[in-house]
Amino acid sequence: MENADENILEVKNLTIDFHTYAGTVKAIRDVSFHLKKGETLAIVGESGSGKTVTTKTIMGLLANNAEVVEGTVKYHGKNVLEMSEKELENMRGKDIAEIFQDPMTSLDPTMRIGRQIAEPLQIHKGYSREKANKQALEMLKLVGITNAEERINDYPHQFSGGMRQRIVIAIALVCYPEILIADEPTTALDVTIQAQILDLMKELQEKISTSIIFITHDLGVVAGMADRVAVMYAGKIVEYGTVDEIFYNPQHPYTWGLLNSMPTLDTRKGKLESIPGTPPDLLDPPTGDPFAARNPYAMKIDEQKEPPFFKVSDTHYAATWLLHPDAPHVDPPDAIKHRQEVYAERLKKGTINLGHIHSTGKTSFGADNDDAIGE
Amino acid sequence: MAKYLLKRIFYLFLTLFLIASITFFLMKLMPGTPLNNQAKLSPQQIKIIYEHYGLNKPVWQQYISYIVDAAHGNFGLSYQFSDQPVSYLISSRIGPSLQLGAQAIIVGVFFGIIVGSLSAIRKNTWIDGASTFISILGISIPSFVLAILLQYYLGLKLQWFPIADWGGFSYTVLPTLALAASPFAETSRFVRTEMVDVLGSDYIELAKAKGLSRTGIVWHHALRNSLIPLVTVIGPLAAAIMTGSMVVENIFSVPGIGEQFVKSILVNDYPTIMGVTMLYSALLCAILLLTDIVYGIIDPRIRISGNEG
Ligand SMILES: Nc1ncnc2c1ncn2[C@@H]1O[C@H](COP(=O)(O)OP(=O)(O)OP(=O)(O)O)[C@@H](O)[C@H]1O
Ligand SMILES: [Mg+2]
Repeated sequence: MENADENILEVKNLTIDFHTYAGTVKAIRDVSFHLKKGETLAIVGESGSGKTVTTKTIMGLLANNAEVVEGTVKYHGKNVLEMSEKELENMRGKDIAEIFQDPMTSLDPTMRIGRQIAEPLQIHKGYSREKANKQALEMLKLVGITNAEERINDYPHQFSGGMRQRIVIAIALVCYPEILIADEPTTALDVTIQAQILDLMKELQEKISTSIIFITHDLGVVAGMADRVAVMYAGKIVEYGTVDEIFYNPQHPYTWGLLNSMPTLDTRKGKLESIPGTPPDLLDPPTGDPFAARNPYAMKIDEQKEPPFFKVSDTHYAATWLLHPDAPHVDPPDAIKHRQEVYAERLKKGTINLGHIHSTGKTSFGADNDDAIGE
Repeated sequence: MAKYLLKRIFYLFLTLFLIASITFFLMKLMPGTPLNNQAKLSPQQIKIIYEHYGLNKPVWQQYISYIVDAAHGNFGLSYQFSDQPVSYLISSRIGPSLQLGAQAIIVGVFFGIIVGSLSAIRKNTWIDGASTFISILGISIPSFVLAILLQYYLGLKLQWFPIADWGGFSYTVLPTLALAASPFAETSRFVRTEMVDVLGSDYIELAKAKGLSRTGIVWHHALRNSLIPLVTVIGPLAAAIMTGSMVVENIFSVPGIGEQFVKSILVNDYPTIMGVTMLYSALLCAILLLTDIVYGIIDPRIRISGNEG
């Protein structure tokens, strides 16, 4: 029997440099996280925070100029970073699959979509063309393409963006992979299509029981999707916890900023508060907390020493000096304070199940009632 | 699609008409006359000869009768080859030219694809560097220089192939190689650029994420996507071969159209010059039209929009 609590993926102390003409880009710095069977882990962060590099590392698809300085990526205990090219090819698409941000460019424009969906089956399962095509058709129906029998012989340009992302999902899931990495799968789609694709992913996750690493820069889509959230900034994870903990008891000022810049029903039409300033230059990252320069709560120590992770709960950690026992108490922004109050109340009533993983992705605070609580 | 084709064919004929007109008047501006030993002819004789070929009429009359005849495929009588019709001269000499041209295109494009793909797959390695070097040589060395080098080394020194003349297949090897250099170089450059582009695209990244091997990716995704656009440069390649063939055929004494063309220019054989020019133009226009049609057939994106439009 497989332990339900087993970490199917374990990333430890991952540190990656890119060697460029301009110098060494310290893209990933000491990143650790894990993924359990059936859960959805969201990795959230601004552009350039290292989300895509992290996923590429897991797939063994890092660019040539990348150097893994330190760390391991263990899939069922086996270090992906030490696998041979052959082993990696066997793993990709079969055990770990990936979907990308832009469905308009993700599909081969000169190949019928049916063949593109069937391809992984032929490579990994040795299916005959016929058998693979049959399964591809099933998959196409599963991702909700109407008239699948006819459309299976169409080319990508004959589909809309949302439909193409469904096809990409079909390709990714056709071998029933254990892990699906979705790198901003809805960023390029408009809002109504976004919701459909997210629903589809959740539905399929249940059907074929896959774990998902969900990459996004938009906390808004995380609430209804993820079980746990890791917040990334400048190549580091700065806070992680269950989705409730991150949404209603955030501790890192960067997470506060992200939450405040999240569109809600009230703010959707109005102006969003984005975090002022820009992320640090990864060619020459600052000493201390990389967020210090943009952090209104920054203290002197933030500029001198990098904060370690402070434990908030068994499942919730944040790397900010504010959590140090000697740190002065600060008041988070009003909206965040409000979230924390609601959270404390629910905690008292026992409606929050700390640290419990919901394999369906629905948490006690879903995206739906988020607006009711929000500012 | 039919409407599009009709439109293209109309433009094809318009183009040919314009080329015919332009060459006609350029010819009239050329110095010298067809009778290069005029000094020995009496004015009376010259007058008779001019009347024989219709050269005494006003230019606009010559022009109209020329265009009307050309439209019927009649380019008049050659001045130099004892009054043979130009159309007969061309048809008796087109065989070797077509054979050389076809061989050169096939050899050049085939090896161009191989070298260009290897170059892209092994980007920034010595393989890439070497093939870039070869391609630049192929582009920059004029075909007649290459022809002479081949003739000297492979023909005269090593005696692998006949130096010149026209007999069996072995006679075609050296002229084919000389003509193939430029399409080879152009193709390999083109394919390299296309393939580097394709290999960096999202769908190749997705193919990798599916678990395809390097060779699988090249065979199943990269090749087709980088070769489809190659069809668009076949026209220019063919044009390069046509121009190259004029000199190369001369060097190897191939009894083709190119050789005849050069001779005709030297002796102001107006009808032959114009006949061959029109033949080359028509061939080129046909190739361009054909490649457009083929492109529409093999590229699924264009296939559809063509049906809708
Ligand atoms: N091949 C490379 N060479 C040099 N630098 C690179 C390379 N790939 C990524 N980087 C750098 O690594 C950093 C992290 O990039 P990454 O693509 O992971 O960001 P991201 O979080 O996915 O951002 P986005 O939301 O824009 O997709 C960036 O500063 C980027 O410039
Ligand atoms: Mg990214």
